[in-house]
Amino acid sequence: MCLAIPAKVVELFPQEQNRALVEVAGVRRHIDTGLLVDDPPEEGDWVLIHVGFAMSKISEEQALDQIQTLTMLGEQDAAMEEVQGYNLGET
Amino acid sequence: MKFVDEFRDPAVIAKATEEISRLVDPGRQYRFMEVCGGHTHAIYRFGLKDLLPPNIELVHGPGCPVCVLPMGRIDDGLSMAQDPNVIFAAFGDMMRVPGTQGSPLEHKARGMDVRIVYSPADALKLAQKNPEKHVMFFAIGFETTAPSTALTVMRARELGVRNFSVFSNHVTIIPAIRAILDSPDMRLDAFIGPGHVSTVIGCRPYEWIAAKENRPIVVSGFEPADILQAVVMILQQLKNGEAKVENQYKRVVPWEGTRAALRAMAEVFELRPYFEWRGMGFISQSALRVRDAYAEWDSERRFQVPGIRVTDPKAAQCGEVLKGVLKPAQCKLFGNECTPEHPVGALMVSSEGSCAAYYNYEHRKIAALTTIGAPV
Repeated sequence: MCLAIPAKVVELFPQEQNRALVEVAGVRRHIDTGLLVDDPPEEGDWVLIHVGFAMSKISEEQALDQIQTLTMLGEQDAAMEEVQGYNLGET
Repeated sequence: MKFVDEFRDPAVIAKATEEISRLVDPGRQYRFMEVCGGHTHAIYRFGLKDLLPPNIELVHGPGCPVCVLPMGRIDDGLSMAQDPNVIFAAFGDMMRVPGTQGSPLEHKARGMDVRIVYSPADALKLAQKNPEKHVMFFAIGFETTAPSTALTVMRARELGVRNFSVFSNHVTIIPAIRAILDSPDMRLDAFIGPGHVSTVIGCRPYEWIAAKENRPIVVSGFEPADILQAVVMILQQLKNGEAKVENQYKRVVPWEGTRAALRAMAEVFELRPYFEWRGMGFISQSALRVRDAYAEWDSERRFQVPGIRVTDPKAAQCGEVLKGVLKPAQCKLFGNECTPEHPVGALMVSSEGSCAAYYNYEHRKIAALTTIGAPV
């Protein structure tokens, strides 16, 4: 459960500073970006996410590396299950 | 995401294994502990043991959150959730971990309101959607996960959500490493440091391991090339007679850690004087509890916690395996009474548990070879 999932920030919300819409392998979910307040991500940035929170900003190349790692570890299904399970954006 | 068949860059792997054979002293036995369960999983999955010389032994460490949780804490959490007004929310990893009267999943089958969440923020959302109920989030994890729980508690206070609390079972990695180094039956030459824990805490907290204990520690990523590179860096240090903290995973781990995550953790949590670890006993200042300022969101203060202490099933040797004294297959129950399908100990439940990793990759492979009569 300590593996992190790479995600691309596709939308930010000026009204909700700590919220971002991200995309992981075609799936879009809301995450919390509160742990990156010192250096917040922008639209188009890649982040590593863990239990619904962005942990760090990474480069696109690192993100693709991390996708490979998860795939090689056989964790891609678990990662997608986690991302699909996020309900942060639901009202 | 597509499957990939082999290592992305075989040339890098080949170069690292060459370096390893160049640096290794054939007359010496090496024991390196990979602290993190994610590394344990990767090592088995990629068969990295087979790429190392036989005199380098990788010892699996305690970095698997569900594995180190003593059964009494699971019983405590389930006991609080006996109240029909309580929803028990936890990560999927927790659901099959056995308590004395069965796992959370088995309690669900008996009528307890048990929900899988993928984020502590989802547990908070669950509380907002069920104002007539109380949602208890069974929080587990090292410093990778604790900041997210902390921010969620801060959000609960900001939003005034009072039917939500956290049963904190968050633990910290440094005291566990110290306990292992203090253990008289353990001899280790170096550590492969955890990747994502270090994203939060940085590399400084490991400095005592090098300076005082004279052991190299190299923070590593999770790819085969990363782990082999970390082994190269350790061997280089040992060859030079050095002990330093090095960061192989610079692309993700900042030396100073992530300040906002550390701030959130410090805002909500404080160290417990002591905490019980499965098989390792009580370790002082090794876990996090909710601070007074957030008492309202602390399950342990909202409910009567029985403080149950139970010993693990006698025949199961989870503690010895967790400390790296025994290999998974040396436990008496391994592969017989205890399998991933029917786990007796928590190390068989999580994919990061060394028993499950060993069973899924080594044991099944050996079993398959034996069945078809090939030499093992």
